[in-house]
Amino acid sequence: MDTTKIASTNGTTAATTGRPSPLAGVGTWADERLGLATAMKKQIRKVFPDHWSFMLGEIALWSFVVLLLSGVFLTLWFTPSMAEIQYEGSYDQLRGIHMSEAYASTLNISFDVRGGLLMRQMHHWAAMLFIAAMLVHLMRVFLTGAFRKPRELNWVIGGVLILLGIVEGFAGYSLPDDLLSGTGLRIADGLVKATPVVGTYMSFFMFGGEFPGELIIPRLYIAHVLLIPGLILALIAAHMLLLVYHKHTQWPGPGRTEQNVVGYPLLPVYAAKAGGFFFIVFGVCATMGGLLAINPVWKYGPYDPSKVTAGSQPDWYMGIAEGLLRIMPGWETHIFGVTISWNVFLPGQIAPVALLMMVLAWPFLEAWVTGDKREHHLLQRPRNAPTRTAFLAAMITAYGLLWAAGGNDILALKFNLNLNYITYFMRVAIFVVPVLVFFLARRWCISLQRHDNEVLLHGYETGIIMRSPEGGYSERHLPISTERAYSLTARDRDVVVPDPQPTDGQGVRDKGYPVRKLRARLSQGMFANNVQKPTTSELEEAHHHAEHEHELEHASGMDRPADGHQFDGHADHTPDEAPLRGH
Amino acid sequence: MRLLNRSAGRLSQHRRGPLAGLVVLLLGLLLTGGLYTVLAPAQAQKAESDAELVAKGRELFLVGCSFCHGQNGEGISTARPGYQIGPSLVGVGAAAVDFQVGTGRMPMAQPGAQVPRKEVQYSEEEIAALAAYVASLGPGPAIPSEQDYSLEGLSEEEREEAVVRGGQIFLTNCTACHNFDGSGGAMPQGGYAPQVRGVEPKYIYEAMLTGPQAMDNFTNGNLSPEMKRDVIAYLQSLETTPEYGGFGMGGIGPVAEGLFAWLVGIGSLVGFAVWIAAHTTRTSKDKVEA
Ligand code: HEC
Ligand code: HEC
Ligand code: HEM
Repeated sequence: MDTTKIASTNGTTAATTGRPSPLAGVGTWADERLGLATAMKKQIRKVFPDHWSFMLGEIALWSFVVLLLSGVFLTLWFTPSMAEIQYEGSYDQLRGIHMSEAYASTLNISFDVRGGLLMRQMHHWAAMLFIAAMLVHLMRVFLTGAFRKPRELNWVIGGVLILLGIVEGFAGYSLPDDLLSGTGLRIADGLVKATPVVGTYMSFFMFGGEFPGELIIPRLYIAHVLLIPGLILALIAAHMLLLVYHKHTQWPGPGRTEQNVVGYPLLPVYAAKAGGFFFIVFGVCATMGGLLAINPVWKYGPYDPSKVTAGSQPDWYMGIAEGLLRIMPGWETHIFGVTISWNVFLPGQIAPVALLMMVLAWPFLEAWVTGDKREHHLLQRPRNAPTRTAFLAAMITAYGLLWAAGGNDILALKFNLNLNYITYFMRVAIFVVPVLVFFLARRWCISLQRHDNEVLLHGYETGIIMRSPEGGYSERHLPISTERAYSLTARDRDVVVPDPQPTDGQGVRDKGYPVRKLRARLSQGMFANNVQKPTTSELEEAHHHAEHEHELEHASGMDRPADGHQFDGHADHTPDEAPLRGH
Repeated sequence: MRLLNRSAGRLSQHRRGPLAGLVVLLLGLLLTGGLYTVLAPAQAQKAESDAELVAKGRELFLVGCSFCHGQNGEGISTARPGYQIGPSLVGVGAAAVDFQVGTGRMPMAQPGAQVPRKEVQYSEEEIAALAAYVASLGPGPAIPSEQDYSLEGLSEEEREEAVVRGGQIFLTNCTACHNFDGSGGAMPQGGYAPQVRGVEPKYIYEAMLTGPQAMDNFTNGNLSPEMKRDVIAYLQSLETTPEYGGFGMGGIGPVAEGLFAWLVGIGSLVGFAVWIAAHTTRTSKDKVEA
């Protein structure tokens, strides 16, 4: 052992220890006081499985980091005030116009602060990506059943993060006080006012008087740069801690069980990958911010309640509320001299929240129906939960339709359609199309399950067409690898809850009967049509059968290419010299 | 009388003679030439050519437009009360014709929610003739001249002020239909307000003056001629300023931005995620079990 680095001795005098490296010194100093090495050892060696879909959450995380960085830059120049001033900056077309300080400072950031416009655009693109990435991440978690015990809490945290992200984004694009943000605030004001009974009070409370007032932007500013980012940060921290505590889920496969995690240790591989991904997300934000104009506030002009522009839409994540508002018929009720605006209240307040809640509540509904109390660390393939997958497909469809309805004027303009007809179509489609998609997606999943079973039992399709001596054609199937077969069969059989009895054995009416019946019905609806994996005996029988087939094929020479001479005695070589295909 | 008859009869005997055509032509030329020199002072000369223009316009109108607008531009009603094949053009003025025919909207190809721009069917002189004819039907706005919408003769400062004022007028009066960037917007029942970016100043002026189809009419009482000039100055200034933010994605607002966020942003990032997950120095070896 070479000790020259840590101690020096000539063999006669006592050894003196070498000077520790300064870095090691700091490490030791910290470790002796904080116990970090011991505490971190376990975390550093934490293992993360590898799959592209596990990185979707990271897109959200890293775009949030980009938001923090660019947002802090913006705060250095942004003035959250609605006090009126005269613009004297570099943008010619608005010079001399009276506007709020907030709008003027946004123009200032755009035109007179070096790199300001890039930062504004990066901030805005990152905001769009942040929420989109959270939704894509949610889809992954939903489709793979990663929300199941013990991760329900993290599912709820994720849902709250999405809500907060949307509110944060809304607050953000209201800050510049341009025509579009003012129009957005006006709609928010309308939504609040549509609350029965207390609406007007709430609106006056929010705006500190009549809309727009002088207070809303300073208030939104504090919410935007402090309150909500703080909450988001705390929830992200909780989200990550829970992730580390639960460990990451993984796809089933050989060697992967409910008790272990197979993947790379945090250091160095996973950290390098994740860290590298940050730079990619940053790069995409910077590229989009540099090349694609987003929210050109100088063209909208300062907010003025008397103005409006064609193409007034919110950012995409609010598009669903916009769509609901646009397709809702103008229903109102007048009672006791009060108007209840269902036309705003329902689509603006009730429906969007209800849609999000339906998705967020699904895991709990599913857990109640299955009664499954086990922990799950192995993921499910989307096809193996057909009803769940179909439900999300329907929700995504509804979301897409509503977003399209929110952009009905743009669709009409760009595709030469009739604005009114788009609205009529959407009014029907929003109820019909998601249902169609639901059934279609479910059928699709079930067919895929059936296909999996086919592959398990009869092998995969080789694409080799065989002709039997009788002249019939068939495709050659070969057994799949054991690993693949393992992965395909590593799933539980669905348990369908049978119909309960209305009375117990003694003929006493069961009080919980309606609830139990509902649960049984739901269970049947969710799982009865699913295809279950083959049983061991089915598999064995199929393999036995396949071996027999292959023997027969081999005996009749069907598993080798024919040279045309097999029956005339002129074959130049034995059939075994020309194997059919290596596999 | 008899003498006259006789001489006429004698003349008519020669009417098919080889030189008759020539003689008549010469006589005609002599006569008009003589009359012209005698009767035509300078002003009457213009009135003459105007009348000619109107006459020419009327001819063109009878061929190309009267089918819908009536022999005298009085409009043609359909059997359904309140509906017209073509509205009355009495009083719409030369500006309306110059706009409608100069942008190819008229003659209308087919009825519908929108009268779209299309290839211009008439030459410039013909359009002038049509405009003169319609203007002769009743007083209406005249075709604006270049001075009406150019900033010529203003100081640098006044020009800048004009652009700023024009921007505010545009945002107040036009963006509701034409969008903040002049990219156009949808109107009910399949109609649309077209893109105004890149439209010739004369037609912008005439559009404001005459309010084509579903567009409001901004008379000089509503928007003074200077205001109209300023709007045009603003629209033109937008074309000469660079797109500061980069590619504008059509200048139609947040819907396009959202689309790009998903297709370009999320699309590329998911692509990168797939790429990263697929590329590892040690894909199959060295996986650690914990
Ligand atoms: C196929 C029928 C049709 C033909 C042909 C046609 N027009 Fe029209 N025109 C219309 C209709 C219909 C309108 C009203 C459009 C609207 O307001 O939506 C109209 C409107 C106009 C207007 C605008 C009136 C206003 O109130 O500002 C002018 C000017 C005009 N036409 C001129 C002409 C001229 C000049 C021609 C011939 C070159 C012509 N049109 C040929 C049907 C026609
Ligand atoms: C009520 C909506 C509305 C408003 C407000 C409006 N427009 Fe229009 N504008 C239209 C429509 C609709 C058309 C298309 C008319 C047609 O089909 O011929 C149009 C046509 C035009 C055109 C002709 C474009 C072309 O392709 O030739 C110009 C230029 C124009 N508008 C400018 C303006 C300006 C400038 C203002 C503001 C002062 C304005 N518009 C206000 C609806 C509007
Ligand atoms: C969840 C994270 C966030 C989201 C979704 C978000 C979203 C937005 C949006 C959409 C805008 C409008 C930008 C524009 O086009 O002008 C905005 C503006 C702004 N944001 Fe954020 N933001 C987030 C976090 C932050 C943070 C952490 C800060 C600072 C600490 C910040 C500071 C600002 C400021 C100062 C503005 C106004 C400047 C301007 O509009 O030019 N943001 N935000």
